[in-house]
Parts: sequence; C-alpha cells; structure tokens
Amino acid sequence: MRFLPLNNNDRAAMLDVVGVNSVDELFVDVPKSARLDELIDVPMHKSEAEVDAHLTAMAARSRAAGAGPFFIGAGAYRHHIPATVDHLIQRSEFLTAYTPYQPEISQGTLQVLFEFQTQVAQLTGMDVANASMYDGSTACAEAVLMACRVKRRGKVHLAAGLHPHYREVTKTQCKFQEIEVRPCPSRPGHDEDVLIGMDKESAAIVVQSPNVFGEIIDLEPYAEAAHAVGALLIAVFTEPVAFGAIKSPGEMGADIVVGEGQSIGVGLNFGGPYVGLLACKQKLVRQMPGRVCGETVDANGERGYVLTLSTREQHIRREKATSNICTNSGLCTVAFSIHMTLLGEAGLRKLAMINHEKACTLADKLVAIDGVELVTENFFNEFTLRLSNPKGGGKPAKDVVGDMVAQGVLGGLHASRLMDGQDDLLIVCATETNSDADMDAFVSALEGALS
Amino acid sequence: MSMNSKGRQTSPDALAVSGHKTVSGNRGLAQAEKLIFEIGTPRRTGVDFPALKGAKSRLGGRLGGMERTEEIGLPGLSEPETMRHYVRLSQKNYAIDLGVYPLGSCTMKHNPRINEKMARLPGFADVHPLQPRGTVQGALELIDELADWICKLTGMPAVAMSPKAGAHGELCGMMAIRAALDARFAKEGGADNKRRVLVPESAHGTNPATAVQCGFTIDSIPATDDGRVDMDALKAKLGDDVAGIMLTNPNTCGLFERDIIEIADLIHGVGGYFYCDGANFNALVGRVRPGDLGIDAMHLNLHKTFSTPHGGGGPGSGPTVLSAALAAYAPVPYVVREQGKYKLIEDAHGTDSFGRMTAFHGQMGMFVRALSYMLSHGADGLKQATEDAVLNANYVQASLSEDMSPAFGGICMHEALFNDDFLKGTGVETLDFAKAMIDEGYHPMTMYFPLVVHGAMLIEPTESESKAELDRFIDVMKGLAKRAKSASDNKDGADFFKAAPIYAPLRRLDETRAARKPVLRWREDPSA
Repeated sequence: MRFLPLNNNDRAAMLDVVGVNSVDELFVDVPKSARLDELIDVPMHKSEAEVDAHLTAMAARSRAAGAGPFFIGAGAYRHHIPATVDHLIQRSEFLTAYTPYQPEISQGTLQVLFEFQTQVAQLTGMDVANASMYDGSTACAEAVLMACRVKRRGKVHLAAGLHPHYREVTKTQCKFQEIEVRPCPSRPGHDEDVLIGMDKESAAIVVQSPNVFGEIIDLEPYAEAAHAVGALLIAVFTEPVAFGAIKSPGEMGADIVVGEGQSIGVGLNFGGPYVGLLACKQKLVRQMPGRVCGETVDANGERGYVLTLSTREQHIRREKATSNICTNSGLCTVAFSIHMTLLGEAGLRKLAMINHEKACTLADKLVAIDGVELVTENFFNEFTLRLSNPKGGGKPAKDVVGDMVAQGVLGGLHASRLMDGQDDLLIVCATETNSDADMDAFVSALEGALS
Repeated sequence: MSMNSKGRQTSPDALAVSGHKTVSGNRGLAQAEKLIFEIGTPRRTGVDFPALKGAKSRLGGRLGGMERTEEIGLPGLSEPETMRHYVRLSQKNYAIDLGVYPLGSCTMKHNPRINEKMARLPGFADVHPLQPRGTVQGALELIDELADWICKLTGMPAVAMSPKAGAHGELCGMMAIRAALDARFAKEGGADNKRRVLVPESAHGTNPATAVQCGFTIDSIPATDDGRVDMDALKAKLGDDVAGIMLTNPNTCGLFERDIIEIADLIHGVGGYFYCDGANFNALVGRVRPGDLGIDAMHLNLHKTFSTPHGGGGPGSGPTVLSAALAAYAPVPYVVREQGKYKLIEDAHGTDSFGRMTAFHGQMGMFVRALSYMLSHGADGLKQATEDAVLNANYVQASLSEDMSPAFGGICMHEALFNDDFLKGTGVETLDFAKAMIDEGYHPMTMYFPLVVHGAMLIEPTESESKAELDRFIDVMKGLAKRAKSASDNKDGADFFKAAPIYAPLRRLDETRAARKPVLRWREDPSA
C-alpha cells in the first residue's frame, strides 16, 4: 500500500521490540465482543489511477458553474482566483503544518495570520479581527453569543435581510442557551422591522448589508438605534468584494462585523470549506471567540508572532471558555490573504467597480423583459427581481429557474429555496466572470421561460 | 584547512560564531521578511482585469449614497513580489512533508496529493451550493458515498455530514442528545432535570466547552492510576439527572477504555446518552466499530483519521455519526438517495431535526479528500494503517521506556504518553526538552496534555513513518534524555535545553508579553 512505509520484516522486528507475538496483542484491551475478525464490507484498496478515474467520473455528473452562463450568489460568489493563490497554498509548509502551537517553527503561518487579521480589520473598518471562523454563518452565531456576553443580556433581533441560513444557524446555536432570538421574516424592503421590540434587554441587532436580496443598507441609523438602548450593532456581509465600492460597516458604526470571506481566494467548493471573518472594536477583544495571533519578541528581541489570549479558549478555560471552537479556517485564511495581497487596494476597488458595472448592465437588460421588475433599489453585484407572467397564470420563480437550466443557464436563485412566501422572487448575481455573451444567454433564457 | 589540487578550500574552517550578525539580517536561505504593510502600497497590484468595453462607470448611481470615500488601507504587491513574500514565509514553517511531526492527539499523517487533485475537479470545486439539485448530482453522490463509508467503518446507522470541524461535530452530537432528551420529556413528562454531563478529567477542553453550549453542566470523573475512567467514581456519580457522558476512546492517554461497554450500559441505564469523542478513531478503523461499543454519537476528524491536510490550523471537517435513537434529530441539510437520484433535504420544518448548524452542506472539499483516501486504502489498507499506527506508537514507547518515563507502561494504542519523571532533578522541564527537539530537526510532541499526567509528553508517530525514520527519532530522543540527565552533574548542563531553540527561524517567543499587551494587527503608528 503506497501510503504505508512498513513492510512485514519491519513489522516483525518491531513487534519483537515491543515484546508481543502479533499485532492482535496490541488490541488486547478491546472487549472481545467488539473485536472485528473480518474486513469491513467496503471495497479493497485501489491504485491512484483507479481512484482518479472513479472520482473524475463522479465529478462529471455535476455541472460546474464555469461550464456555462452562471448567475447564482446568495452567500457564495464565483470570482476569478489568480493561479498564484492555489500554487502557494499547496506548498507543503502551509498545507501540511499543524496549528502554530510551536511558534519558533511556525512563523510562516503566524505572520500570515497577523497580516490576515490586519487586512480583515481594514476591510471591515474595525480595530481588530480574529484568525477566522468556520464560515460566515457560524461567525454570525458566534457574534451573537459574544454580544450577549459583552452586554450580559439575552435578547437579539435579526433583520429581514439576513441570509436565512445565517438566521437558522444563529437560532440553533442559541437554542439551548437561554438566549431569545427574534428573527424578522425574510422579505425584501423590511430591514427596519428589526427595530421593533428593541429595549434595554436587547444585546444586539443583526443587520446584513448588502443583504440577502442584494440591497445595500445604510447601517448608521441601525447603529444609533442599537446604541440608544445600550445594545450592539452586529453587521453581516456575504460579499467582501462590496467593500471595494461601498463604505465599510465600521465607518457606519457597527460594533462587531462578521461575514463570509469566500469570495477572496476561496472557490465555491459546493459550500465549504469557506472562511468566516469576525472583527470588532478594541474594547470587545477579550470576549472575541476563536484563535487570535499577536505580535511579540523572541529571546533575542526580534519581532515574532504567537497565538495569544488563549485564556479565553477551551483548552485553558474548558467549560468557562468563550466558545468551544478549537480551529480556524487555516489554509483558507492563507488563500484569502494572498489573494487580497495580489489585489491590493487598487485591485480590490477595480474588481468591485467591474462587479457593480456588470450587475448594473445585467439588471438593465433583464428589467427590459416583460413581467420582470427590479425589487432592489440600491445594490452592489446582486439584485432581486420579481417575476410575473405577463399573460397571467404566474409561474413560480422555481420553475423559471428550472426552465433556464434546460437552456444551459444557471440564472440566479429562486428565493423560495431559502425562504417561505416569496415564490415570485429571483435573486441574481453578476461578477467579473460573466461575459456579455453570458448575459445575452441569460436574457434570452429568461424571456423564453416567462413567455 | 584542506585544499584540493587547485588550492581551493574544500572544508569549512569558519567557526560557528554565536551572535554572528549578517549585514542584511538574513541567514542564507533563512530570509527576514517584513509585513506586507511594510513592503506593499495601495496602488500596486498583482492582478490585471479585462477592459470594460463601452461601459461607463455607474459607481455611485445605484450604491444608495454609500459609495466608499475613504481609503481602505490595503497594500498590494505585484505577482513576483507576492510569490516571494509567501514562499519566504512558508520556509519558516515546519511541516509533515519535512519530517516527523509526532503531535499526540493531532494525528499528523501523510497527506496524499491525489486528494488535492481530486478536490480541485471542477465538478466538486466549481459548484455552487445553491445550484439546482439536478445539476449537482455528482457532488451529492460524493457526500452520499462518503457517508456510506463512514457508517460502515463506524458501525453506526446515520451520519450528519455538515459539522465544519471536530468541535462543531461535538456540538452536533450534544445538540442531538439535548434534542432527544427534550423530546422524551415532551412526550413522557417526568422531571425535566437531565442536565448533568460526565466528563473525564483527561478529556479534550472542547468537551466541557461544548456541553455547556447545550445547556448542560459538567461533572468531572477522575482517572485511575492506570489512566482509565475510575469505574467506582463513575458509578457514584450516576443519577437520574445524568444526561450523558463524553468520553474519548482511545482516551487522551492513548489507552483503550476497557470498560467501555459497561460504561455505555450504565449511562443507558439512567436514561442518558453516550457521546464518544472520535478524535482518536484512527486507532480503531477496521479493527473496532464504535457502533459495537454502545455509543450514541461520535464525531470524526477527517483531517486526522482520513488524511485531509491540517493547513496550519484548518479547515477541519467533523461528520458526526448517530445511533438509531438520535438519528431523527440530525441537523439539516442531508442527502437522501431515491431511485438513483440524490435529493437534498434543507428544511427542518416539520421534522425532528434540531436545526441547521452551518450555511450550506459542510466541508465538501474535505469530503472529496477523505473519500479519495478511503478509496485508496480500501478495507484492507485502512485496517493495515490502523495496525501500523498502533505498532509505531508501541515501538516508540518500548524503545524509549528506559531512557524516558512512560506514564502508564503496558500496551498503548496510537500514541505513547510519557511523564517528566526522567527529568526530575535535572533542571530541564518538558517545555525545554520540547524546544531542544526543534534544534534536532523535529517538531515537538504534544506537551502538558493530558492534564492528568505531570509534564506530559504525548507522542503520536502515525502509520506514515518508516522504521528507519522512527529509529533516527528514537536515537535523538534517547540522546536528549541522556543529555538532560547529565545536566544535573554540570552547572551549565541545563542551558543546552533552556537556550533552545537556537537553529529555528526565531528563538523562544515571549508569550506572556503577547497576552498582556495584545498587538493583534499592524498599525502605521503603533502608539495610535
């Protein structure tokens, strides 16, 4: 077996040193009733070529996003990732290292984390960021727990434009912790409803911008309303490229900013692994969950980096920890940081401008179709359409999407995949990866589906 | 000095001068590397974009007056500068591909590159999680096939695939337990008091932290002198308020819990559930199925047992197997196969599911790698890998038992645990010993864990090490142990250890300073 260096001579010699006659004697502590004599009923070992063939055939049974016109966003975005990123993250020293618990021989990972934390803090307009969370949705849930710790209050309010998966994950996370989660039903144009019912027991309000429908929200009034009752504003995002074009949540008064970093450096991957970003104001740092990297010096006085503030964490604090989290999104943070370094400020702004331009162009083309109405007034690279059949007998957006698939176009996401009662809404995203021909194909597919 | 026939110097005659400083601060291949914020500028970029044909920038028109006016403050580098920055940084990292990485409990095994290749196939990597189900049948098939392998290898009827890491899997299992207890109370009534979870002192810190997140309280169980659960103490703690137990098996001392079936029966006897921490499942694959031990839930760490890369701290992946009693409470989403088609159930409404744990479907990229590993090994190879991992650990333990001090002795499973008895009176501590290993070219073992063993050193070689590599490692460990013991005869003897590491990119780092005055980001003016 190609992954196993020992041969039978080695094994015999080693068993001898251990002082046993057979490998079975190494499993002597296993209760007899639980010892397996037979091999488990799964296939026997395969050559690399066989594994390659098996999985390549399986992969071909999915339609890759890049195989044709593609316009789905809603929490995960298709962007071009420079080849340099994937090359660098496959270097053995990044790929096959463990968590940097021995800082003297982990400065590579640690310096990247320090740079990553600074990039995320800058991008979100906050003071500090942690070394990442599993994804945007779990970062959102952790931010809610964090706000409740900071405020010693037990009520949080979720806006109507929060991604429904983020809402559900937050509800699950709070379910057994005596935290009252008050979600507003998902629908466009109703973010302000989150302010209803806020009072001195509220720890935070959670508002997403651009929201799940693509609408850009001015967060300042939300920050003011939250602060007026002594609560925090948790700002959520799913598309970090947006901050190349619009103000950061920090500039608008958010106290904690969380979101999905997948757009930068990490591919679609059918939903994971992704990279959750969490940033906050300096005064909240000791209630932050997850790993954090900090600067220090070595015995010679040279600058270096270590994991720090571990007294918040489970391996020290056990049941009193700020979170049970024991990992970050390691290699995805490296990918994010490399891609962001390649972009730089100028590149990110250009990328954002192109994304917005593409979305505006596409929106103009689509609303020209009979029965298509633009629901989102202000948007970045994603917007929502209301579809109605001009000839009556309305067709749900779900079926429209299905019809477009038959024409080879993945033309957005029907909102009913994520929420109830919005059967006529289609959430559409355009990025720099979409060509004019893609857009024309989309227009013609949608026309066909609606006619 | 020796010369060759041309008079050129052929052997080094320079002394290794301590404190020797180069002009640049570099040391040959080890190059000092500043932060991107110190070398990049906001205007420089390593990405070119296609020109937008005939479009005018409408930025501002539809941004609701929210357009960015301030600089973000993100430095950029050209592509060659970027390449160098990260390659130089990478060279400051130790890695499995460089040498033995014997971190007990972390399972640093070889990461096959076929896994990387497969994970990058467009049908897995370039697929959106919300594409219509009909367009993602191959991706759903992969999740289903991996779930099938996991159920067969663990002997369990169901698996929740979405947890993003081991601790997230623990949360999944404990939430399923809480949901099952709540459902039982709703149906049968009685006292709603099952909140106490028993956790051995040797447990991973995640166990108590997770249980608390599910509204449970923690009750610690002591270990016996031979490193296992104290059955008398366990029995004394049983009561009708016990919700369950969280037990790692093999435990964090590297030992199989011999009484595990009796423990399961006792917990079930008081109406509780058995959470098994599956961090060490790599010691069991193909030899023992946890389902035969009476467990109710267990997470797997795909990045430990099934070779997906640790990536400097993640991403992990923590599919969680569930017993028939808990399966109905599994989180959404999950894949169902019906008449050759794969369906994805995403909505928890109207089911017993405790809800959703993450956006989307879990760590697909890790699923592909894990399945690629399983297919490569097969039933025979997986069993052999387990046996080799256990044999390697026992070989290390036996070979070092005279020079170092095994914590318990006897047969161990996949990792060998030593205490610091052999360092007594030497002035050398576990930390110093570990740092000296760095100078010898090895990543240190796990130290000071588990907490139940003084100055613990937990060595897990994994099945990926050859006998020759282990013999070199053993020689070094013996040499260091002998040197430590001789340190007590020599007033400067401990300095060899206290000064270490000398040959790493940096000397020992001041972690106290880092925590006391946290500097968590770069600032142009650090006093700001």
